[in-house]
Parts: sequence; C-alpha cells; structure tokens
Amino acid sequence: MKNRLKVLRAERDWTQAQLAEELQVSRQTINAIEKGKFDPSLPLAFKAARLFEMPIEEIFQDEA
Amino acid sequence: MNKSDSTTNNWEAGNKKNTTRLGMWTAAWVLSTALMAFGPQLVWDFATVPTVIAVLLNLAIGFGMILANRRQLRGQDELQQKIFLDASALTLGVGLVCGVSYDLLEDIRLISFEPSIAHLVILMSLTFLVGMIAGHRKYQ
Repeated sequence: MKNRLKVLRAERDWTQAQLAEELQVSRQTINAIEKGKFDPSLPLAFKAARLFEMPIEEIFQDEA
Repeated sequence: MNKSDSTTNNWEAGNKKNTTRLGMWTAAWVLSTALMAFGPQLVWDFATVPTVIAVLLNLAIGFGMILANRRQLRGQDELQQKIFLDASALTLGVGLVCGVSYDLLEDIRLISFEPSIAHLVILMSLTFLVGMIAGHRKYQ
C-alpha cells in the first residue's frame, strides 16, 4: 500500500515525532509507514485522515 | 499541534508506567522464585507450611506478572504489538520444537544428564530477545 504521509507531513512542517504524538503511536511506526514497510490498521488510517482533514483514499492508495 | 499534548503525554506516560510496572512484577517474580527454590533448604529446613506459602506466593506474583505483561502489551501501538507477536510466535515454535527434542535426548541416550527446564527457559529468553531485535531492525 502506498501512502502520502511523508508529503503531507512535510507540507505542514511536522516532524515524525510530532505526527507520532498526534496519532498516539511511536515514531518508529510513523517511519515504517512512510517507508512502506508497515501498513497501518483501518482505525489508525482513519485517525490520520481526520488529522489531515482529507478522505482516507487521498492518503492511502492500494498498489494493486 | 498542541491541542492533544495532554492526551499524547498521557499515552506516553501510560506506556512508561506500564513498562515500569512490568519490570517491578518481573523482579518480584524472580525474587519469589529464588525464595521458593532456596528457602526450603537454606532458611526453613523444608518445613511444609512456609514452603507451601512460598509456592503460592510465587504463583500469585507470577499471575500478577502475566497481567502486567498483558497491560503493557495492550498499551503499545500496533507496530510494537506486531513485533511482539512475531517474537512470541518464534519463541513458542523454537521452545516447542527444541524442548521436545531436548527432552528426548536422554531417553535415546545421546546425552547422559537429565534435561533441565532451565536450559529451555534460557533458550526461549534468548530466542525472544533475538526476535524482538530482528523485528525492530526490520521496521527501522
């Protein structure tokens, strides 16, 4: 699964640590998601969508 | 980004608190295991009542440690839980496969000493440690 987390975070000038704090996960988790090593759960993806005030499909896209 | 600082800090503080609590339960369990193992021989000369109390205390603290471990795990985020799950699955598999083989070694006369559960515990601990390190490296 691809995602635009890194771009959206950079647009807001947030650090990984700040985003991790907002989503209540570890910085390692944000890093793994941004690098495509780990796919977040649906609740976490929705949480990110709420935080960025965007539809979930504009942040996460299926690679298939 | 400041609106949820208090919530965030609560989450991080909760995690640290859970980890500290687990460490304390683990230390207490180790101490109670030592008391159960050495107390009868070195302290109360195999008297039944203190021995039974030591065993019950060890079991009670052991269950407390299990609950503290569960609470600590539930407080972690989903990636941390996945790393823990992968390491646990590896530990269970290695423990079962190697434990059964090791237990049979004396019966089939490949070793001359009686297999000790302590060796299996050490193997499982090291396997879990390796699994956790590998998991963290994988998602770096």
